[in-house]
Amino acid sequence: MSKFGLITKGLLKENPTFVLVLGMCPTLATTTSAMNGLEMGLATMFVLILSNIVISLIAPVVPDKVHIPVYIVVIATFVTVLQLLMQAFVPQVYETLGLFIPLIVVNCIVLGRAEAFACKNSVGDSALDGIGIGLGFTLSLTVIGIVREILGSGSLFGWKFIPGDGILAFVMAPGAFLVLGYLMVLFNKLAKR
Amino acid sequence: MTEYLLIIVSAILVNNIVLAQFLGVCPFLGVSNKLSTATGMSGAVCFVITLATVVTYLINKFFLVPLGLTFLQTIAFILVIAALVQIVEIVLKKISPSLYQALGIFLPLITTNCAVLGVALNVVTKEFTFGDAAHMLNLGEATVYALATSLGYGLAMILFAGMREQLAMNDVPKSFKGLPIALITVGIMAMAFLGFSGIV
Repeated sequence: MSKFGLITKGLLKENPTFVLVLGMCPTLATTTSAMNGLEMGLATMFVLILSNIVISLIAPVVPDKVHIPVYIVVIATFVTVLQLLMQAFVPQVYETLGLFIPLIVVNCIVLGRAEAFACKNSVGDSALDGIGIGLGFTLSLTVIGIVREILGSGSLFGWKFIPGDGILAFVMAPGAFLVLGYLMVLFNKLAKR
Repeated sequence: MTEYLLIIVSAILVNNIVLAQFLGVCPFLGVSNKLSTATGMSGAVCFVITLATVVTYLINKFFLVPLGLTFLQTIAFILVIAALVQIVEIVLKKISPSLYQALGIFLPLITTNCAVLGVALNVVTKEFTFGDAAHMLNLGEATVYALATSLGYGLAMILFAGMREQLAMNDVPKSFKGLPIALITVGIMAMAFLGFSGIV
């Protein structure tokens, strides 16, 4: 696959949210607004790129029997780094995303890429794969966030353009499931053409 | 005593782990095709969440906090959970082969179920309000909270599996087939559970 293809495949062909359906928990929980979705996507991308790079470096020397625990420790290390960085530089964002930052450890996208790609490809390709899948995840989360924010609070990236309260249910739990469900329908419809 | 009752009602109905907190959604969608597998998974999750929460609570209290290592919570907890799942699997295989048969295939999957790590982290980092002022949970409350939360997981999972079995027999539009219609069903279920908000 070409270098360019590695970056763009995450956007449509192997989109982690709409095609692979991985990492549902942060997708549903943090997309109450477009900005939150974007921030969660970028945080996951950070861990994804770094863990992909390190895992592709260490994969040849890790014994096959313990490879999953080793990968989890690598991922958990970068998540801890991310937690400390966010607490220091963007405490507000860390506060909003809350529990879902440490939970990147168990996000199946990260471990999935380590298993499916990083452990058998070169460092450069693994980094590009991390960027590509990370971008796809960020884009999906932002799109879901945009839809929920417009319907739920009548604003876009914090800019309020519809007066009034909006449909509160879309900011709450049911809206997350409904918006993701209907966006998936739309994605299926467009992709099958 | 009323406090424990409030914890139970709140964790099962009001703040349901799947429908309100979005934890453990992947296995929730993954194994809810059949009622029997959903029941098996709920049982295994119940067992592991309660055990993992108690163990990680003790490790946090007597090891991480006194040594000033709380920033290692994420790494320490995920390792403890992974090891615990392995031990549970081995012990269960030895003492109760029939239970192992029922839960066996679900156990390895649970390590990456974010509900387990989520509840364990929640209990040691968040302040809860049940009745009186906000406070950190003590060991008894944490155990009850973990057990009730996982019962809530089972409740949502079994209800959803029942609906999904019915859904499979219906004629669904092509683009809605599979996950989209499942997600929309969960959305409506979550809306129903919103009705419980305010009772605690």
